[in-house]
Amino acid sequence: MNDCVFDLSHVSFAYPQQPALDDLSLRIRRGERIALLGANGSGKSTLLRLLDALYFPCRGELRAFGEVISEAALADDEVNFAFRRRVGLVFQNPDVQLFNPTVFDELAFGPLQLGWSSEEILRRVEAMLARFAIGHLKHRAAHRLSGGEKKRVALASVLVIDPEVLLLDEPTAALDPQSQGEVVRFLSESRDTGRTIVTATHDLEIVYDIADFVYVLADGKVVGAGAPAEILADQALLRRTHLAHAHWHVAADGLAHAHVHAHRHQHHTPIDGDSSEK
Amino acid sequence: MLSEAISLPKPPRRRHLAQRLAQGLLRAIDRAQTAESLAAGDGLLQGLDPRIKLSGALALIVSAVLTPSLGVVAGLFALALLLAWCSRLLTAGVCQRLWLSVLLFSGTVALPALVVVPGRALWQLPLLGWTVSEPGLRSAALLIARAETSSTLALLLIASTPWTHVLKAMRCVGAPRVLVAILGMTHRYIFVLAQCAAQLFEARRSRIVAPMNGAQQRALATAAAGVVLSKAFWLANEVHLAMISRGYRGEVRLLDDFHTRARDWLALLAALSVPLLILWAER
Repeated sequence: MNDCVFDLSHVSFAYPQQPALDDLSLRIRRGERIALLGANGSGKSTLLRLLDALYFPCRGELRAFGEVISEAALADDEVNFAFRRRVGLVFQNPDVQLFNPTVFDELAFGPLQLGWSSEEILRRVEAMLARFAIGHLKHRAAHRLSGGEKKRVALASVLVIDPEVLLLDEPTAALDPQSQGEVVRFLSESRDTGRTIVTATHDLEIVYDIADFVYVLADGKVVGAGAPAEILADQALLRRTHLAHAHWHVAADGLAHAHVHAHRHQHHTPIDGDSSEK
Repeated sequence: MLSEAISLPKPPRRRHLAQRLAQGLLRAIDRAQTAESLAAGDGLLQGLDPRIKLSGALALIVSAVLTPSLGVVAGLFALALLLAWCSRLLTAGVCQRLWLSVLLFSGTVALPALVVVPGRALWQLPLLGWTVSEPGLRSAALLIARAETSSTLALLLIASTPWTHVLKAMRCVGAPRVLVAILGMTHRYIFVLAQCAAQLFEARRSRIVAPMNGAQQRALATAAAGVVLSKAFWLANEVHLAMISRGYRGEVRLLDDFHTRARDWLALLAALSVPLLILWAER
C-alpha cells in the first residue's frame, strides 16, 4: 500500500448538467508512467483534475499518498501545502496556466506559494530556465511566446517545485513537430527519475515513449487497461473508443503506431474487420 | 480575377464597430503593459517603498475627500501633478482618458446639486427654467474636484508601482486577505475578458463579408457581449484552478522584499502632515 500514490475507489464525478466520471476505480503506484487514453469528452481531463484535488469526487473515495482527499481535508493549510508540494498539473491550454507578468515570475509563483526562501527560489528558477533552455525568455511576457515556448514555460513552472507526481493534460496538443518532440523526449527521459507521471492524451503515436501502462477511458469509465503494446494492438478497442481511424495501422516492424497515409492501400496491415481495406 | 468574377460589395467607409472594439481592447491591454514598464522606471515615486506610497496616497486622498475647501483640493491636485511630473508618469493621453471619464461620471452625479441645493441664485437654465444656485455650483465643483484629485492620486500609485507590489503593500498595511485576493483576481480577469473579447471580435470580423449598417453592428456587438462574458467566466475559472494547483491560497507572495529607507520615512511624514495641516487650518 505504501507505494500507492493514487487509489480511486468507485469514483464518480459530474458537472452541473453533465456526468463526467462514472464508478471509476484504478490505482497508480509510485514511479509509474501512466497514459490515460481517450477521445474528446471521455473524462481524461476531469480525472486529472480530481487527481490534482481541484475537483472532488461526488461519489466514491480518492486517496492520495494513503490519505483521503476531500475539500474539507484540503482546506487545512498544512495538508494543502503538503499535497501541492508533491503533485503538479500541467494544463492543456498554457494560456490558462501562464498568468504572471513575466516568465521569471511564472516560474517563481509556485515556490513562492510554498513559502520557500528567496535564495532557494532563485536557485531553482535559474536551474529550470537552464534545463528547458528558456533563459533568454526570462523577462518576456509569457502570453506573447510561441506555442512551443509556452508549453516549455508551463512545464518548467510546474517542475520547478520538483513534484513527486506530474500530471499532464494533452502535453503535445497544438504543438509543432519539433516542440512535440521536445515534450516527448522530456517525458521519455523521465523514465529513470522515479517520478510518477500521468499523461492524458489521445495521441497514440507517443504512448510507447511516455507510458509503461495505459488506461483507456470512454464515457467516464475505464474500458481498457494494460501495457502500451497490448492496448495499441487491440484495434477493436481503439476503434470503439474513437482513438483509431481508417488510417491507423500496425507498422511492419511490429510496433503499433499511427499516421495518415495519402492512400488507403498503403496501409501495412489491414484493420481487423475492415473489408474495404486494400 | 476574383474581383471581376464576383461582384464584391463596396468596403465600408468607416471601420466596423467590431473592429473598433477589438482594437480598443488590444490597446487597453497594451496600455496596461506600458503601465507596468512605467512602474519599473526610475522616478521620484518609483523609487519609494510601496507601503509608504500606499499610505501616503491614502492620506492625501482622505485629505481631499474630507476638506470642505475647494482651494485645498485644488492645492492637492497641483501637488499630484507635480509628483507626476517628477516621476515622468502622466502623459497627455492618460490625463485625457482619466480626467474625462471621471468628469463624465462625477459630473453626472453632481449635476442635480446645481439646481437642488438652495442658496443665492446665479442664473436660470434656458428652456427648463431651473435656477442654478451658488452653493449648488460650489458643491458640484467640490465633488468633481475631489473625484479628479483622488483618481489622479490613485493613478499615481498604480502607475508608479507594479500591481503585485500594490497588493502586497495592501496586505502589509492590514487590508483583509479576501479583499486583496478579490482585487488581484479582478485585475487578472479584466485582461482575460479583454483578450477573449478582442479574439472574438477579430474572429467575427474575418467572417463578415458584406458591410453592415450601424444597427446590425450594434446587434452583433450586443450578442457578442453575452458570449464573451460566458467564455471569459470559463477562462477565469480555469486560471483560478491553475493558480490553486500551484499552491495559491489567496495570499500575495513576492520575491522582492520591501525596504524602507530614510527618504521613504520623509515622504510618509510629508504625506501625513497634509491632513494634519488641513485639520489644524480648519479648526
